Amino acid sequence: MHVQVTINGEKHQADVEPRLLLVHLIREVLRLTGTHIGCDTTHCGACTVLLDGRPVKSCTVFAVQAHGREIMTVEGLERDGTLHPVQEGFMQEHGLQCGYCTPGMLMTSYAFLKKTPNPTEEEIRWAISGNLCRCTGYVNIVKSIEYAAAKLRQGGR
Amino acid sequence: MSLRTPPEIGGMGHSVKRKEDPRFIRGKGTYVDDIQLPGMLYLDIVRSPYAHAKIKNIDATKALAIPGVLAVITGQDLAKYNLHWMPTLMSDTQMVLPVEKVMYQAQEVAAVLATERYIAADGAAAVEVDYEPLPVVVDPKKALAPGAPVLRTDKKDKKDNHIWHWEWGDRAATDRAFQDAQVTVEQDIYIPRIHVASIETCGCIAQYDKVMGKLTVWMTTQAPHAIRTVFALVAGHVGLAEHKIRIISPDIGGGFGGKVPVYPGYVIAVAASVLTGKPVKWMEDRMENLQADSFARDYHITAQIAAKEDGTLTALRIKTIADHGYADAAANPSKFPAGLFHICTGSYDFKAAHVEVDGVYTNKPPGGIAYRCSFRVTEAVHTIERMADLMAHQLGMDPAEFRLKNFIKPDQFPYKSALGWEYDSGNYAGALHKAMEKIGYGDLRREQAEKRKKGELMGIGISSFTEIVGAGPSKHFDILGLKMFDSAEIRIHPTGKVIARFGTRSQGQGHETTYAQIIAEELGIPVADIQVEEGDTDTAPYGLGTYASRSTPVAGAAGAMASRKIRDKARKIAAYLLEAAEDDLAWEPGKFSVKGTPSRSKTIQEIAFAAYTNHPPGMEAGLEAVSYYDPPNLTYPFGSYICVVDIDKGTGEVKVRRFVAVDDCGNIINPMIVEGQIHGGLTMGLAPALFEEISYDEQGNIQGGSFIDYLLPTAVETPKWETDKTTTPSPHHPLGAKGVGESATVGAPAAIANAVVDALWHLGVRHVDIPITSDKVWKLLREKGVTE
Repeated sequence: MHVQVTINGEKHQADVEPRLLLVHLIREVLRLTGTHIGCDTTHCGACTVLLDGRPVKSCTVFAVQAHGREIMTVEGLERDGTLHPVQEGFMQEHGLQCGYCTPGMLMTSYAFLKKTPNPTEEEIRWAISGNLCRCTGYVNIVKSIEYAAAKLRQGGR
Repeated sequence: MSLRTPPEIGGMGHSVKRKEDPRFIRGKGTYVDDIQLPGMLYLDIVRSPYAHAKIKNIDATKALAIPGVLAVITGQDLAKYNLHWMPTLMSDTQMVLPVEKVMYQAQEVAAVLATERYIAADGAAAVEVDYEPLPVVVDPKKALAPGAPVLRTDKKDKKDNHIWHWEWGDRAATDRAFQDAQVTVEQDIYIPRIHVASIETCGCIAQYDKVMGKLTVWMTTQAPHAIRTVFALVAGHVGLAEHKIRIISPDIGGGFGGKVPVYPGYVIAVAASVLTGKPVKWMEDRMENLQADSFARDYHITAQIAAKEDGTLTALRIKTIADHGYADAAANPSKFPAGLFHICTGSYDFKAAHVEVDGVYTNKPPGGIAYRCSFRVTEAVHTIERMADLMAHQLGMDPAEFRLKNFIKPDQFPYKSALGWEYDSGNYAGALHKAMEKIGYGDLRREQAEKRKKGELMGIGISSFTEIVGAGPSKHFDILGLKMFDSAEIRIHPTGKVIARFGTRSQGQGHETTYAQIIAEELGIPVADIQVEEGDTDTAPYGLGTYASRSTPVAGAAGAMASRKIRDKARKIAAYLLEAAEDDLAWEPGKFSVKGTPSRSKTIQEIAFAAYTNHPPGMEAGLEAVSYYDPPNLTYPFGSYICVVDIDKGTGEVKVRRFVAVDDCGNIINPMIVEGQIHGGLTMGLAPALFEEISYDEQGNIQGGSFIDYLLPTAVETPKWETDKTTTPSPHHPLGAKGVGESATVGAPAAIANAVVDALWHLGVRHVDIPITSDKVWKLLREKGVTE
């Protein structure tokens, strides 16, 4: 089947099997490998991308379901050489260790902060509860998101 | 420890931001599955639905009829090359692919090679296997019973399921101490089978170049050099010599011990690439990862401790049955079959101790590995910390007071334990006092007494653990005879910039940053000017890898020693340039100056340039050094953790209200990274304490084989960790540092379990095995008549 998607502002098209998962379209066909795979059951969130601005777990979406839609991946966060505040926050607050869950965490955080610019700690914890991290113990991820929220409120992108 | 370098140099003690982060936050890391090679084939694996069954027939006809399926590989195919079995690190054997029978559910039965990932999976689903089920043995105690089916029928003369018996300590002295004891307590403690579940699963790409005869394997491994040697030893007879094998461990998405073993998938991928001459990728999915990769723990422990009526501990006696699954494939490089389990005397001054462990075969996946801890240290710590609490409660003493009475005292270090370890340094009371103060221990006990009157369930748990990390001294450790040194090779370029390579492999620990800081500390070269590389066996010096919190104790020490060799040569060059005697030079980080005339000086950068342009006559050019560091002893980090739990009487839910962790890992290289390691470790202590377990039903069907039912803590269940530290340097480590990555995983479960039992003690509860699930607590509360 033919799919046409916009990823990080660029148009792409491909002929794919109907069963191809969106995560495999992104990683293996379009070679954007920042989006990761950590489970097969929609639990870990390593594959989180934004589909028309909403976070989805791309291991549980067919590529054809994204036809004609806008996708944003971790590679789309940095603009014109400037990191997005969530990226900066994760680096400043040591919100990552092995880096494997990080792209999914970043995309969830990005979408969350758009909706909730001034979150409480509890709101942040619930917001990222669909993204598993085995390294950090989450404390610094929460701080990273708080850092990004503050920066965004001050007018950062 | 005071800072010796300014922030722009970034030596020890600076919270330098990580060098690895810029690529990871942009999605530009390179993990194994990110690599695609031209013409690459994909491997998928057919797995057994039975825990024990004879393979009567494997019919690949339908699979081979699928366009794109190139081959179905079976044990019979590998047997032609004698590759159907492989040795384990524990001198046992395990199957790569079976010829006669399968021994656990999800065991590899055959492999399908195809042109695409999805086609390989189609092929695996189309392979038809005819099984004849055999009797299943799941319980290791039943496995030892007379008349139990003998599982390892491949071993001639094997008449039972017993693997080994190991004991340590002075049995007679311990028995005498128990005879003379005024108070004893005994407890059965089961520490269940769990899985590290790193978010990246395991996999590899094997690429055999038929023309050059060279095999390159990109592999999720924590120990690339050891893997290369293992491959050469196992496959030497089919022409794979060690200089023709290159293992590359690229970015690794978490390891925690699960990426130390050689799994059958790696071997099959290598065999498939050698046979086809094409690159072959194998990536397991999450269910394969949880169901078939090495497990951790699975120790059935019976512990006894003896004390005087005044609370002085006297003796410890432990018997354990270790369930290893169908093969002892423990990733345990110590000379002891139960790893470092005999650290079980913990932080206490026992005069006598004896420990016995028996390894047993069952119809479960082979293992075990460590779960973010040195080999069996969590099992040891959990046991002694639970027993300490039991004894304290039994004697009516406060658990903190009881610990303070029995701690090894600071002036007893170096301390020889009753089971033979030489603890390097410690101040256990210091850490516990700090934790008590931080959490407000006295107030909490008063609050608990109030709440108890009102029928509310609140508990306070302490764990004062001693870790044992940094494998290790070659007298205690080896892998296939390879001594457990580690290595650093440092080269200073003419412009004073550095490339440094190490024999370890970071999986998130931040080595690119911390190793650079060690070099910055020793040579005064800015961290920004130092590039650290690991994980490529063609370029890095030989080392044994990263696990058991060994990177800082061993490779970090090698980095310091290699830096010092460079500094020694730099001193000679500086003396030549300054026309001064070497002894007349003073070193401060980054430069040598003439004593008394500080204006006459040469920076390390000037010296580096001179090393290539103007070095003393008779001296070889260049400025580089290699160090292979065999540590004289292990390091013994420690800490005291205090946990407060509230238990919901209606649901049995255990809520961790507060958790204070005071850790001591000696001198700290990067405080930010150390704190991050402790946060992560604490969460991997919380996980098995409250949530994680892999169990089996009587037919050997796995329970907990996916993230649907194997529960990793999310940000919601994880408390806001409160950390602090004390600093007791290691006397033998060149930087005074100790390992830290695993301390919290080792120490946390007992604090949580002790808090739960503390909350329920007045109801007559003496022990609850981990994981302490709501269900388990609710049943207890019902039993005790607290809830309906």
